[in-house]
Amino acid sequence: MSDATDLNVEDAPEGQEIIQTLPLDAWHRARGGRMVPFAGYHMPVQYEGIMAEHLWTRESAGLFDVSHMGQVVFTGENGLAPVITALEKVLPGDITGLGDRKNRYSLLLNEEGGILDDLMVTKRTLDGADELYMVVNGATKYDDIAYLLDFIPDDATLNLLDEQALLALQGPKAVDALARIVPGVEDLVFMTAADFVWHDVPLWISRSGYTGEDGYEISIPADHAAAFADLLCEQAEVKPIGLGARDSLRLEAGLPLYGHDLDPETTPVMADLGFALAKKRREAADFLGAGRILAERENGPAVKRVGLTVAGRQPVREGASVVAEDGSVIGRVTSGGFAPSLGAPIAMAYVPTDLAAPGTAVKLLQRGKTHDATVTAMPFVPHRYVRSGAK
Amino acid sequence: MSRYFTEDHEWIDVDGDVGTVGISDYAQGALGDIVFVDVPEEGRELTKGDEAAVVESVKAASDVYAPVSGTVIEGNAQLSDEPALVNSDPEGEGWFFKITLSDASELEALMDETAYAAFVAKL
Repeated sequence: MSDATDLNVEDAPEGQEIIQTLPLDAWHRARGGRMVPFAGYHMPVQYEGIMAEHLWTRESAGLFDVSHMGQVVFTGENGLAPVITALEKVLPGDITGLGDRKNRYSLLLNEEGGILDDLMVTKRTLDGADELYMVVNGATKYDDIAYLLDFIPDDATLNLLDEQALLALQGPKAVDALARIVPGVEDLVFMTAADFVWHDVPLWISRSGYTGEDGYEISIPADHAAAFADLLCEQAEVKPIGLGARDSLRLEAGLPLYGHDLDPETTPVMADLGFALAKKRREAADFLGAGRILAERENGPAVKRVGLTVAGRQPVREGASVVAEDGSVIGRVTSGGFAPSLGAPIAMAYVPTDLAAPGTAVKLLQRGKTHDATVTAMPFVPHRYVRSGAK
Repeated sequence: MSRYFTEDHEWIDVDGDVGTVGISDYAQGALGDIVFVDVPEEGRELTKGDEAAVVESVKAASDVYAPVSGTVIEGNAQLSDEPALVNSDPEGEGWFFKITLSDASELEALMDETAYAAFVAKL
């Protein structure tokens, strides 16, 4: 027996061979986490099993360690406005118009309008300083920083918060568990954030995540992370969850994963992330690759990211081909697996735009075997974000 | 009846010239939740080391190799409805296929249970 398809969470990006230790490394091992190399770190891929952890998160609350991700803060000697103006060259979102303590999903673009990373941006004022707080992918964080430094003005500062851990508590009971420990978090709504204090430890908490569930992301000083994670796991609603279930949850939620569903060859329009292109920014057309991106938006891209439901029970995974009736390759699967909530295989793929409408039948080729699939609207499992009200 | 194991974590029970093949408890534990098993069809000729079956967990697909040469006489049809049998009873009800051995001497290169246990302990 041998692995024909590596766990895609084990794909070590080139240049990321250096294995560093995250603040919760010993904590994961003590709780039985099976550790694998990921994004230059050892990370827990699972504890009791991906299926059980996935379903637990959908029903209750799962605690994910996402400390490998890059937490970056921008400040400017002459205020934040010039920094934001500079960053908007590479981010097509309306960052200038972003409200205080509001999160925004955005994309880091290259000259051709290709995607170098996807990220979250928040404006905040902490200790009297206006800051832009950004969370970027772990595997790309050092490249992102090198790239961003070329764009920000000389009087701006970029700090990588590498002494901060990042925890994600996700699931319908996340609010109950976290509000017991940090009162007030129940008042946040989806894509808003605030600072809190837990036993003199400063926390930065946003109501956001990448599982499709309600939940929170908690930035905490690394030396307090284990105690806080312990306390969370003492709550009846909470169990620690590994990267394996994080991947199956985000796939069911229809959320693309950088390095798999998004890469520098892909534009926001191809990736079906047009919502990340702010109207004001489209009209100004003042970001990198705007010419190409706006033309694609107007005329339709050649290929587009779609969701697929796969007939039968066999998962079709990243790397499989989308083939036409005559057997010619017309697309590629970029994420695929078994959806625990649905009990069926699902996938994301890039297909020619004329095949991107939901209901379109396509064929997938994997290891010499053909699978029938149908283009399906995403998310596969409905999102349950809390957009207003306390709960 | 004798049980043998491969270094690739297949097991084979041999009764006369018929072998029953599956994957070890260690293998199912390493794979995690099994969601699909593709077993070989009756009549398929396999040479030792051939890719004989595919087992899929939530995260990964793995090939299962023929531990011996021979002709497949039965695939475990129960696995198409209950792939999780490989997790719950890997060395019993979760067997993959039965094969008639064409060269019983191939068994000599395999490990017995004690040797396999020692092999796994070092992994």
